[in-house]
Amino acid sequence: MAASCHDADSVGTVLVGTPRVALVGSPNAGKTSVFNGLTGLHAKTGNYPGVTVSRFVGTCRVGEQKYLLEDLPGTYSLQPISPDEQITVDVLDGTLDGVPRPEALLVVVDATTLRRSLVLVAQALAKALPTCVIVTFTDELARRQGRLDLDRLEQALGVPVLRVVAHRGEGLPQLRERISHWATWSVPPIAPPTEPVELEAWAESILAFADYQVGEQNRVTQRIDAVLLHPLWGTLVFFTVMMLFFQTVFTVAAPLQGYVGTFFGWLASLVHQHIGIPWLSGLLGDAIIGGVGGVIVFVPQIMLLFLLIALLEGVGYMSRAAFLMDRVMARAGLEGRAFVALLSSVACAIPGIMATRTLPSAKDRIATMMAAPLMTCSARLPVYVLLIGILVNPSDRIGPFGTQGVIMFGLYLLGAVSAMLVAWAFKKIGDRHGLLMPFYMEMPPYRIPSLRSVLLAMWDSARSFLRKCSTIIVTTTVVLWLLLNLPLQPTSHLAAAGVDTRNDTAVSAYTVEHSFAADLGRAVSPVFNPLGFDWRINVGVLSAQAARETFVATLGQVASAQNREHPADALRAMTYTDGPRLGQKIFAPGTIAALLVFFVFALQCMATVGVMRRETGTWKWPAIAFSYMFVLAWVMAFLARAITLGLGG
Amino acid sequence: MTSGETRSLAELGAGRRARIVEIVASGSEATARRLGELGFTPGTMVEVVRRAPLRDPVVYRLKDYEICLRRAQAACIRTAEVV
Repeated sequence: MAASCHDADSVGTVLVGTPRVALVGSPNAGKTSVFNGLTGLHAKTGNYPGVTVSRFVGTCRVGEQKYLLEDLPGTYSLQPISPDEQITVDVLDGTLDGVPRPEALLVVVDATTLRRSLVLVAQALAKALPTCVIVTFTDELARRQGRLDLDRLEQALGVPVLRVVAHRGEGLPQLRERISHWATWSVPPIAPPTEPVELEAWAESILAFADYQVGEQNRVTQRIDAVLLHPLWGTLVFFTVMMLFFQTVFTVAAPLQGYVGTFFGWLASLVHQHIGIPWLSGLLGDAIIGGVGGVIVFVPQIMLLFLLIALLEGVGYMSRAAFLMDRVMARAGLEGRAFVALLSSVACAIPGIMATRTLPSAKDRIATMMAAPLMTCSARLPVYVLLIGILVNPSDRIGPFGTQGVIMFGLYLLGAVSAMLVAWAFKKIGDRHGLLMPFYMEMPPYRIPSLRSVLLAMWDSARSFLRKCSTIIVTTTVVLWLLLNLPLQPTSHLAAAGVDTRNDTAVSAYTVEHSFAADLGRAVSPVFNPLGFDWRINVGVLSAQAARETFVATLGQVASAQNREHPADALRAMTYTDGPRLGQKIFAPGTIAALLVFFVFALQCMATVGVMRRETGTWKWPAIAFSYMFVLAWVMAFLARAITLGLGG
Repeated sequence: MTSGETRSLAELGAGRRARIVEIVASGSEATARRLGELGFTPGTMVEVVRRAPLRDPVVYRLKDYEICLRRAQAACIRTAEVV
């Protein structure tokens, strides 16, 4: 099967005798609500073979018969002007390898924007597939005292027309019934005109025949926009919303993550108590349970971020935020919608990278994905807190500000500015040939999203994260545990080496010092020596590959700190054990500056690598991201050290 | 009803209404075609709703919906202002 080497194979499975129905519609037309209403939790996400276009396929059951529904990317037109839009058209034409042509078509249109949407309907009818038109938001049309005679619209279009208000479940049973008779849907005998002037006349005649009146303008939306898009108030509201966004993530998700951590710590301690064999209890308790915990610990944050994103999106605020920020993002060659992705990345790059799906252009998606991991995610915080704590006293001040806070702010700023520059660079490279996509973005009316659609959006994201990334995180954790704990140190061996075998801290420090990870740390010394890192820091950096915050505990272990989670004192005392810097303090300002900057730039997060692989459908982009970030991290860390030493640090 | 002079949509201030006269492709047929598919067709009435605080993009109302365009795209749309 052609798609077998891609993630799409899970969604590309052809079930014999299962009719395929594709959903076409413009963004904001309610297409995804209809899709969710029909498929519920039975949808799968993947990628179209070889491209970074997300693919959504779900099954819908009517009686005994199953139907495969494909939610095509939202589009205003079936005359593609970008490679992404080409995918939609290729699917409809059956010319995409590994994706069979759908048997029938559902075209979703918003009743309140019918005047514009008939262009898309006309282009869909020209595909000459059995077609059914679904009219959504008829409740909103009625509220605005508009009119639309669906029977006459059906007559005029020559294909079945059905009213569905998905968020209230209205019309969904009838739609299922209709789907079971897809073979009877008519293919229009004469395709609508394609020439623009004729097409417009066709659309107007249809609307007149269907007695279409859109009613009054949406006053509520106008009043809200007058405030939310106001140069002063709008900007204030925008910053307040963004602050609340993070406040929620940090006050709600952080404690939840704490509980998850505590729970898995408790599980691990149970294992240690009940399994007498140290290597087995270590493997089970620290590597496997630790790995699973390392996956679950992401979940509260990801669920919450996606809940907030789905809410803001569903209400209609996301397009407003994108509108307000478009000019800023344009500086980096991106557009307003990319802001949302970069913003989420301040909490965690994973939802940020997943949020790039809303960008219409593949080049923008790639550029944003490459930049997202540079935004300061919350996993960097414990590392920053530890290192800054060693570097400066809490009481030091720069003017009215605490020095620690200023450094922290500087690191956030460095991340954000670098992200914009990197996005700009990738966009430049991506755009070096090919046309620029025009920017346009609909401003949908404010709507209250249904709880169901918000929860589904959240669930879908969390589930796709768990499915695709749990393996890579657990594997990384287990491999790192093995590296840090092998070869085994038998008690006799420890005793012979003069280690107090009753002192766990001493034992674990000895084990790490003679582990494969330590060999690796020493082997890569030539690379990291210029940054002032000794082999123990290298081991910490290596272990951070599972998740950045692991760096703290690993350093604690290597430095045989009494409290691994707070190893600052042990680290302060650490000195170089060999080489020309023998006896000097390792955690001197130069090394700390280099380490901090290294953590700003390096892609030390296998989960992010996994998500990039998933979203782009290839290893190429995660490989590029990992390499460029490593090189950047090394160079910048080197500069940071040189500058700090130059300043007499 | 309309004055003889045509101006680009990008030049119109907030609150102004105009009738689209033509779409000038200015090197990108694809952009011109897409603008047409979004409803920017000759004869259509457009209202300039508001500018972003940083001046760009601008929200326009046409064919019963609102859409924002950047200056570069709005400049392709020639209009005759309705007095």
